[in-house]
Amino acid sequence: MKPSFLSLFNRAGAWVLLMFLVLPALIAIPVSLTPKRFLSMPKGEFSLRHFEKLFTSENWLSSFGQSAVIASSTSFLATALGTLCAIGLWRISSKYSEVVRAFLLLPLIIPQIISAMAFYRLWIPMGLLDSYSGLIIAHTILAAPMVLITVSASLANFDPKLEQASRNLGASNWTTMRRVILPSVRPGVMAGALFAFILSWDEIVVTLFISKFKVYTLPRRMWNGIRENTDPTVAAAAVVLIAITIIAFVVSALISRRRTQPDHT
Amino acid sequence: MNILWLSVSDPEPGLGNYANLFESEALPRIIWTTVRICIITTLLSVSLGYCLAYAMVHAYRKEQNMMLTFLLVSFWISILVRTFSWLMLLGRKGLVNEWLDAIGIISEPIAFMRNELGVLIGMVHYMVPYAVLPLLVNMQTLDQRVMSASRNLGATGAQTFFRIYLPMTKPGIVASVLLVFILSLGFYVTPAVLGGGKVLMVAEYISVQLLITLKWGIAAMLAALMLFGVLVMLWVMNRFMKLSTVFGGATS
Repeated sequence: MKPSFLSLFNRAGAWVLLMFLVLPALIAIPVSLTPKRFLSMPKGEFSLRHFEKLFTSENWLSSFGQSAVIASSTSFLATALGTLCAIGLWRISSKYSEVVRAFLLLPLIIPQIISAMAFYRLWIPMGLLDSYSGLIIAHTILAAPMVLITVSASLANFDPKLEQASRNLGASNWTTMRRVILPSVRPGVMAGALFAFILSWDEIVVTLFISKFKVYTLPRRMWNGIRENTDPTVAAAAVVLIAITIIAFVVSALISRRRTQPDHT
Repeated sequence: MNILWLSVSDPEPGLGNYANLFESEALPRIIWTTVRICIITTLLSVSLGYCLAYAMVHAYRKEQNMMLTFLLVSFWISILVRTFSWLMLLGRKGLVNEWLDAIGIISEPIAFMRNELGVLIGMVHYMVPYAVLPLLVNMQTLDQRVMSASRNLGATGAQTFFRIYLPMTKPGIVASVLLVFILSLGFYVTPAVLGGGKVLMVAEYISVQLLITLKWGIAAMLAALMLFGVLVMLWVMNRFMKLSTVFGGATS
């Protein structure tokens, strides 16, 4: 097809749309540099005082810490669960395992407000409300399907004959798992761990419901800051979050590049 | 998730909560607002997403990768950050109003926030990547030779597009419409912030009922309705495209 006027127009439109998607989020960067005490664009002069406040304030730092603890534990648990699940479903691979898989993916698509309500209701009698373990379990349930997807995608490219060969050569079930299957799905596992981390790090709706005073994660603190709508420290926090997202994204891009490279060479 | 069903029948046995739906005045209005906003969001996001996906599929390899990077970065930026940015842009003294004022187009700030317009802008902004991904997966699997054949047989560009390309991308469109609709139905963060309490959607109403007025019955009833709607839509979607395929595109 020769590039017509229409397709050029379409492509230009696509870039405008992409800018619309990305740029607004970056507005936090200049705002966070404002020298004023309220949300505003810096005019002529910049200051880092809001970042200074962010990194010296006890509250913000403890929120950062709590989020990091929760997100790492979630990532670890969800990765373990999701990987085992994916390998199990792949090994069994029957009609029922597809049904199970669809069922397991539900938490990804069910509106979060409904999950939040369910967790809230369940956690009250179990005494998990407003505790680390409560949040970690809830986030793990939400994040595990993500790992399931990435690991399943890796497994789809894995040749089942390799497993049979390993068994044939006398390796035990466990050795096969550890030395053959796991190394070959490692990119999927790592990507899944990363996604689980981001998911938990950002999670707000469920967190709002099941945490109150003791556990106060970063998104929760930002949420309050947004609703009160005056403090540019939130903008500084937003910049830090964007930076983390981009770093995580670059890391995952590097992982997936390593995954696809053998195909090219 | 099974526990949800329990919470549906548990708070008050019987269908009293559902009867409430028809008797009270506020509830139908909230549901109507939600559905209306969701429909507009879906239409806008999917049509924008369709153009974007079309451009991406037909771009050169390098440009396509760059576009995908941008799309995924915006996909992964925290929802809170994005909502917060719109808050700064659209507020009464926000940047958009300041700029428009500086250029001299308006003399008085336009109310972007605390109304449906603000919620719509925020939601479309959030949903476009979700709309693009299933479309992209679908378009990439199409056989380009069919289009060439159609052109060869004498069809014009427009004819080829409407009679061949569009029907062939139907599974992608359906999947994308349903995905965006489902996600916007339960959307909480953006409407709550950009709506500023003026635009009440079901998700926010549920949280108010739970956390402030403690009416579990009504909240559970609304949640059950929502869940039921979502499951029906998922079932329809599953007939067109597998769920894991949709998200597989998102993660790879």
